[in-house]
Amino acid sequence: MNKKIKIDLLKKMQLIRLVEETIAFKYSENKMRCPTHLYIGQEAIAAGVSCGLKKNDFVVSTHRSHGHYLAKGGNLKKMIAELYGKSTGCSKGYGGSMHLIDLSVNFMGSTAIVGNSMPIGVGLGLSSKLDNTKDISCIYFGDGCIEEGIFHEVINFSAQKKLPILFVCENNLYSVYSPLKNRQPKKRSISNMVNSMGIESYEESGNDVEKVYNLSNQAIKKIRSTGKPIFLEFSTYRLREHCGPNYDNHIGYRGIKEFNLWKKKDPLFLFEEKLIKNKEITHKFKDEIILEINKKIMKAFKFAESSPFPKQIDAYKNTYAK
Amino acid sequence: MLKNKTFAEAINDALFTSMKKDKKVICYGLGIDDPKRIFGTTKGLKEKFGPKRVFDMPTSENAMTGVAIGLGLNGYKSVMVHQRLDFFLLAMDQLVNGAAKWHYMFGGQKNVPITIRLIIGRGWGQGPTHSQSLHSWFAHIPGLKVVMPTSPKDAKGLLLSSIFDKNPVLFIEHRWLHNLEGNVPDKDYRVPIGKAKNIISGKDITIVSMSYMTIEAMRAIKILNKLKIKCDLIDLRTISPIDYDTIYKSVKKTGKLIVLDIGNSNVSVASEIVANISQNLFSYLHCAPEVMGLPNVPVPTSFNLTKDFYPDSKSIVTSVLKKLKIKQNIDNLFTKQKFHDVPGDWFNEPY
Repeated sequence: MNKKIKIDLLKKMQLIRLVEETIAFKYSENKMRCPTHLYIGQEAIAAGVSCGLKKNDFVVSTHRSHGHYLAKGGNLKKMIAELYGKSTGCSKGYGGSMHLIDLSVNFMGSTAIVGNSMPIGVGLGLSSKLDNTKDISCIYFGDGCIEEGIFHEVINFSAQKKLPILFVCENNLYSVYSPLKNRQPKKRSISNMVNSMGIESYEESGNDVEKVYNLSNQAIKKIRSTGKPIFLEFSTYRLREHCGPNYDNHIGYRGIKEFNLWKKKDPLFLFEEKLIKNKEITHKFKDEIILEINKKIMKAFKFAESSPFPKQIDAYKNTYAK
Repeated sequence: MLKNKTFAEAINDALFTSMKKDKKVICYGLGIDDPKRIFGTTKGLKEKFGPKRVFDMPTSENAMTGVAIGLGLNGYKSVMVHQRLDFFLLAMDQLVNGAAKWHYMFGGQKNVPITIRLIIGRGWGQGPTHSQSLHSWFAHIPGLKVVMPTSPKDAKGLLLSSIFDKNPVLFIEHRWLHNLEGNVPDKDYRVPIGKAKNIISGKDITIVSMSYMTIEAMRAIKILNKLKIKCDLIDLRTISPIDYDTIYKSVKKTGKLIVLDIGNSNVSVASEIVANISQNLFSYLHCAPEVMGLPNVPVPTSFNLTKDFYPDSKSIVTSVLKKLKIKQNIDNLFTKQKFHDVPGDWFNEPY
């Protein structure tokens, strides 16, 4: 892997982390008045996958989509403005944190019902095939999605039609507060199951950004050349609470031991440490990146806070396209 | 040029017309290219436009609705068909949380042009899960349009309008209309969504109707004419949005209203119209408006249980006479069909 890609990966991860931490820090001001699901702990997946995607490739995502949106190149100012419910937001204040969109980079939309955006990503993949383009469709979803009926419908159709789709399953072990062991059979691997349903599947650590990049980049190239779907399952862990800015280890659904184990595997710290240890970057360089990103973030929050709200009357527009 | 066509042939004509006009129109549905071709409505499509644009699909109603959204986001206009409306209930997430809201929740940046053809069954013991008329569910959701044509001419014109509409449209066909014949122009013409049609003019009472119930209403009006009673008959054609202007005009003229529905009368399109008229035209009404729909129980199966279950021309005549306070024995005015559970004694097709 060349150094430029490594720096790209680091910057993408750092951007997501710092944005999410700023949101967490400012959330208690009660100005971002919408349910917000932070991506802290899972950054390696969005960063690693997106580095292999092209601008024209389609992306759809879920309620926890800040990372996917930013990694694809989604506009930061418009995302923060959307969280503030402003008319300058990426969805003009109609969507909030759970409904992000940036058509300039083909981030086609994130939706808030488990499994809901999957078939939409499949439709986009089918449109590429019908149009004979090489654009692929990347669908992000979590482990909870595997339990939805639509998951099986989507895998079946994509395999049957041979569609150019990258399925990215982020297995963070919890659906809200319900652990995987309460929801799925113990010894069954998700990727093995999907493999036997007719889609080439792989399993990888989602906290090692180089591994994520290598696997997904290979997969993307293969999808582009064969036109067939590939399924990737990444194991990871959300470090903050399910919804909101805080930690929720004290409420009793997951142990502090488990949390600490994953905290040691923080994908950003692991990667930074490795790059510094291998003398690929210096502490100074790392700090410069942080400074530069923080400046951008401050600007985005200023933009959001100073932007106007949509007019009340706008609530009654846009139900139908004209 | 006008041609005599059945309702099913008119649908087929609209599909051909739209696919010829726009390469981005594609059609899919379970059985769309099977030997029966969705009661003949998709006959010849695959042969003419090829398997890329006309394809059979897995039995995955929910996912395939989402696929239509995704296709729509990249410029395609999908026409999906389900042989029974009941099957489509599996797709409520993609319809209600997805298609209906996409344009709104992303601030009007993207629209999803989708047409979903749903067929309502009736008769031959199809019972609780193959004969539901749930159009009022869809009409309840902002962001969806719902059309229910009666005549072959309206079927073609409204299907074309639906396919080229920028929004998701539920196009609801009644199975008992598929064999109905009428004049259908050859050319590409559009019947606007959201416009009802005053198909029979009269001053005594307003009857508002939809889909197959309009046929029963026309039969009833023929009988009422013999009794010198003149009805104003409005065929809704679209039930979301409802064309209240046309209804208001008629009720202001007659002062009496019966609204027919092909679904359960509880929380129905008919009860919605009656509520609206009561709120807005109360002073024009000479008597209480009436809702005539199906009894509020599931549709039964047995031949004997379905006897007199559906409101028909006779029950419409009875209601009209009651509203007009006319006492008259009408039994000799009706000839009974041999079997009540088929659209006509000539009918020997599969359902």
